Amino acid sequence: MKTRRDFIKISTVGVGAAAISYKALGSKGFGLFESKLEGPVSDEDLTPYPTYCEVCFWKCAAWAYVDKKGRIRKVLGNKNDPHCNGRLCPRGTGGVGMTYDEDRLKTPLIRETRNDGTQYFREASWDEALNKVADKMKEVKEKHGPEAFGLFNHGTPGGQFHHLLRAYGSESNAEPAFANCRGPRMSAYFSTFGAYVGSPESTDIRDTKCLVLIGSHIGENMHNSQVQEMSEAIDNGATIITVDPRFSTAAAHSSFWLPIKPATDIALIMAWIHVLIYEELFDKDFVERYTFGFDQLKEHVKNMTPEWAYGITDIEPEQIRRTAKEMAGAAPAVVIHPGRHLVWYGDDTQRARAMAILSALLGAWGKRGSLYFAEGIKIPEYPQPHYPETKWGWRDWNGDKYPLATMGITTELLKASIPRLNYEHQVKAWLIAGTNLPLAMPDKPLFKEAAAAVEFIAVMDTMPMEVTGYADVVFPEATYLERYDVIRSAANREPNIALRMPAIEPKYDSKPGWWIAKQLGERLGLHDYFNYDDYAEVIDWQLKKLGTSLEEMKKIGVKKFPRKSGPLYMGEGEDFEFNTNTGKIELYSVDFADHGFDPIPKYTKHPEPPANFYRLIYGRAPMHTFSRTINNPNLSDLMSENSVWVNPKVADLWGLKKGQEVWLKNQDGAITTFPVKIRVTERIRWDSVYMVHGFGHANKKLSRAFGRGAADTEMITNVMVDPIMGGTGMRGNFITFLKEDPALNRKEAKA
Amino acid sequence: MKEELFVSGRNIPNIDPFLKIWHWQIPLYLFLGGLAAGILFFAGYFVVRGKEKEMQTAVKWAPLLAPIALVLGLGALFWDLKHKLYFWQLYTTIRLESPMGWGAWTLMIITPLSLIWVASYMKEIFPWWDWKFKLLDKFEAFVIKYRVPLAWVMMIYAIILGVYTGILLSAFNARPLWNTSILGPLFLVSGFSTGLAATIWMSKDAAERKVLSQIDLVFIFVEIFLIIHLFMGFLAGSETSIEAANLFLGGPFTVSFWVFVVLLGLVFPAVLETLEIWGFHVPKWLPAVLILFGGLMFRFIMVEAGQITRYLY
Amino acid sequence: MRYAMAIDTKKCVGCGDCVVACQTENNVPHGYCRDWIVERVDGTYPSLSLEFRSERCNHCDNSPCVRCCPTGASHIVDGGVVLVTPHKCIGCGACIESCPYDARYPHPEGHVDKCTFCIHRVEKGQNPACVDVCPTNCLHFGDLDDPNSAVSLALKDRKWKVLAPEAGTKPQLYFLT
Repeated sequence: MKTRRDFIKISTVGVGAAAISYKALGSKGFGLFESKLEGPVSDEDLTPYPTYCEVCFWKCAAWAYVDKKGRIRKVLGNKNDPHCNGRLCPRGTGGVGMTYDEDRLKTPLIRETRNDGTQYFREASWDEALNKVADKMKEVKEKHGPEAFGLFNHGTPGGQFHHLLRAYGSESNAEPAFANCRGPRMSAYFSTFGAYVGSPESTDIRDTKCLVLIGSHIGENMHNSQVQEMSEAIDNGATIITVDPRFSTAAAHSSFWLPIKPATDIALIMAWIHVLIYEELFDKDFVERYTFGFDQLKEHVKNMTPEWAYGITDIEPEQIRRTAKEMAGAAPAVVIHPGRHLVWYGDDTQRARAMAILSALLGAWGKRGSLYFAEGIKIPEYPQPHYPETKWGWRDWNGDKYPLATMGITTELLKASIPRLNYEHQVKAWLIAGTNLPLAMPDKPLFKEAAAAVEFIAVMDTMPMEVTGYADVVFPEATYLERYDVIRSAANREPNIALRMPAIEPKYDSKPGWWIAKQLGERLGLHDYFNYDDYAEVIDWQLKKLGTSLEEMKKIGVKKFPRKSGPLYMGEGEDFEFNTNTGKIELYSVDFADHGFDPIPKYTKHPEPPANFYRLIYGRAPMHTFSRTINNPNLSDLMSENSVWVNPKVADLWGLKKGQEVWLKNQDGAITTFPVKIRVTERIRWDSVYMVHGFGHANKKLSRAFGRGAADTEMITNVMVDPIMGGTGMRGNFITFLKEDPALNRKEAKA
Repeated sequence: MKEELFVSGRNIPNIDPFLKIWHWQIPLYLFLGGLAAGILFFAGYFVVRGKEKEMQTAVKWAPLLAPIALVLGLGALFWDLKHKLYFWQLYTTIRLESPMGWGAWTLMIITPLSLIWVASYMKEIFPWWDWKFKLLDKFEAFVIKYRVPLAWVMMIYAIILGVYTGILLSAFNARPLWNTSILGPLFLVSGFSTGLAATIWMSKDAAERKVLSQIDLVFIFVEIFLIIHLFMGFLAGSETSIEAANLFLGGPFTVSFWVFVVLLGLVFPAVLETLEIWGFHVPKWLPAVLILFGGLMFRFIMVEAGQITRYLY
Repeated sequence: MRYAMAIDTKKCVGCGDCVVACQTENNVPHGYCRDWIVERVDGTYPSLSLEFRSERCNHCDNSPCVRCCPTGASHIVDGGVVLVTPHKCIGCGACIESCPYDARYPHPEGHVDKCTFCIHRVEKGQNPACVDVCPTNCLHFGDLDDPNSAVSLALKDRKWKVLAPEAGTKPQLYFLT
């Protein structure tokens, strides 16, 4: 049994000659030859296959157009799909590059150790790889119980493995999407309204009169239907108020941009609440009818005046009053966007609560132009035995620590894997499906320690991401355009479902996630949970239960159903029972008070950058989804590296020039592996720098992504944990610039 | 602060960040074209003036270079084509608005003309020469008979060719550095000057060299005058023209242009030629080489710098 | 008939979808593009303005590329669309030099390539691929001579500008400001 596991760059021995020769032919030879022969192909000569996109979590329904030679030429949005309305975003349009990326994982790989102790990956057959993982799962089950096999998952393929692990007897799973992303708003909105805002969020931007974005950078995050609706809102003359220390794209398109000092948002929101209450601008009828704790709130914000907030936020009192009045004037058709990636400063649930309270005061809940009541279709469960009971799982680590977390916390799963930390329930092996943990997670040392500690890691991915380098077994997954998957069903204005079917056969020796999960299941004697030969059977069975069929769905891709839960909005003065302790919208959270948290949010001062350091703000670029798309040939064409945005004043001070390469060093002395280019721009405050997340890949096998730009996550070593739900606040990190290659300095020091 | 940048990763080879579609072939072609134009013009000129005897090198020997230069120039042009197999498309149409088209047709005419010219002197240059075919002998006799009209045609085409080497660039409105009508005369004068320089270098006759140097001095002065005018025009022009001029007035091309083209390529050889005319001993190759080198540099710089100048971004 | 495009710089988010859609629709080789996005920032923090422009061939009324083409490979078809016939193009580069918008590029196959306004789609009554994919709906295409076309309607009550009007090319991309 190994205790240490070296990071292997998949480029070593295993993948070998076949891959290299393919690359030579594929990119240089055939590629050019094809372009010689083929210009545009008319749609009549292409066959469309329905799918839904897997390049991000929005999951827009689309058509993959395949030409007569069996090549996917383009992917276009499904016009009937409310996620995209026939218009995919650049990542969806470029999704075809995911399938034709010649750097893809091509065969199963197994870690081997040479006599001299060095390690490498060896190509393996599916049988061998599957047996190895199944044997390990059996071993862990016997030695530690099935619960000791943990799962990190993301996206649709993750779901297949979730099913496998539940059937096997483990609920030790977590996905970065919760504690590293939108967890705070789930806990906050649930405690306030007794409901979640869902994904896609049920924001009625299309019909809003006032859209308030607090750090949410729609347009840079390419959440498709929201971007589309924001554009419609601009056409409709809606007021857009953006709060951001950076002149984001959304800020540029806004009526009001409040260039806030970072880490002070709660003060601004509380001042808005103060103005609404003390200038009597709030929706009195709504507040009286539906809310609990107004008096406590009023008392709480008594001194939180715009003047008070000015000293904290740098936003002029007049601006605060003016924007509060704009909101009140538009109420209830106001969208206070709940945001998505909220884990900033460790008090993020409270900030999201403040946003929820602000919405409630404006009566902006369940009203046209605010948040609508979304409805989804429940997909019938394919017949299978009950999952076995588990003795423990993610809930136990969250336990008393993060009582209001509603999903597994990734960092807790990592910590439970490290014996040194003496968790009562310890995890001994991992499955990782569809998430590149080293780049997705803050605090890389924690990940490395945990990865070294566990006995076994199996990774399923389409690309040789960093995480595959830690694996004992690597499963090459077919891309979304090559496989069946679960039926998409997300709540929306109209309930709807979407089908994903393969447009082409899986390339190389890759296999669909469902097939891999099933093969493992069969080897573990769990056939009853995988009682089908092809996942299409499951889909067809489910679709027939829903009154349609696989055959029909292949033709239409998306099907809408009539609403059953009632209208999209609340009626005027309608009685409404909220799913909270008090049955009302809790301006004062009883749950929070019970657990010893502030029942009403309050502003806490967060650390500021020391001299010569700048706060690291990171975000999205519209053409990439985190680290997973950087190597995509179509999308790397659009943006192949990130830059670090620096205010001209800072650039002057440091003598930094546009395009100059620097290394970044943070407050804890962490240095980026790769240099990153400077962008001198007025779009960022002088006390902060900005980077697009996802770059700085360290795996050489990613030919277009390796070493391009720097990884913001390497600079995030200070994690401010949210005590309420375990969110990993990542914006309390400060960087400084190194103009010389730190590797040279180290060498000189040695010499 | 004003910031303008591509955010869709545009980075097309030879287009971004600066245009570099025309490499060394085009300036070489322009140089060889100008050189041939100069040689052929003066060959014709001295025949028309009846100075055939006095100006042996200019009329007989130097023109030997012209077809070689033209063929090499055409070769360079062909080399630069990115879709070479389709080059014949040039000769399927006449497009009066296309300077490239003008060039293709002008060369199509002047190259054979230069060959005929050389052929008509073959027996004088190489007494052992034998055409071997009667028909060719007859043709030679015909050409010799009509040598003066031929000289006129050649002079006209030489001017067209010389001007054309400048027009090829100045026709492009999109490149502010090129977009000035002075470029036509400037390239003509510069081309003629290089033609003269080559002839001077070849000439073994001091009297002939003196005549040629005198003419060349005039051309050099006109050239310097035109260059000054070029910059006056730019500086009195729009923002893009001023930016174009600034490439040479403090910008990256300042040294290469003013030192190599103007000083070493024009002023210094002019001084040398003057000294020679005054009777000082100057190696005859020195001013000639400087002028030829200056002319070549001039074209390289103009082509490269011109591609950097633009309207947007 | 006069085809043109209006680009709403107040709505564009610079996502680059038009660029990828063009790439997949027209099989533009990787590393090349027929359209692109420019970001323009003016001012000093926090008094700033930002504009995104989705740019491509301007299909100029007075097109220098067509004039300077020695073989007639660059030509204008109905609707004022400027096209290149690959098998007539000798790759001399003159049209590339002549374009003030740098909208043309040498295709790796040797001929010069550029935006066609997706004429193969337009002929069938469809929009260019970039227009149909745009998530913010900020591209409007159509016939300027038709008062009810998307582009005419977009230009009707908005201020607009064209790029490098001083180049005298009479460009047909209108940027709504």
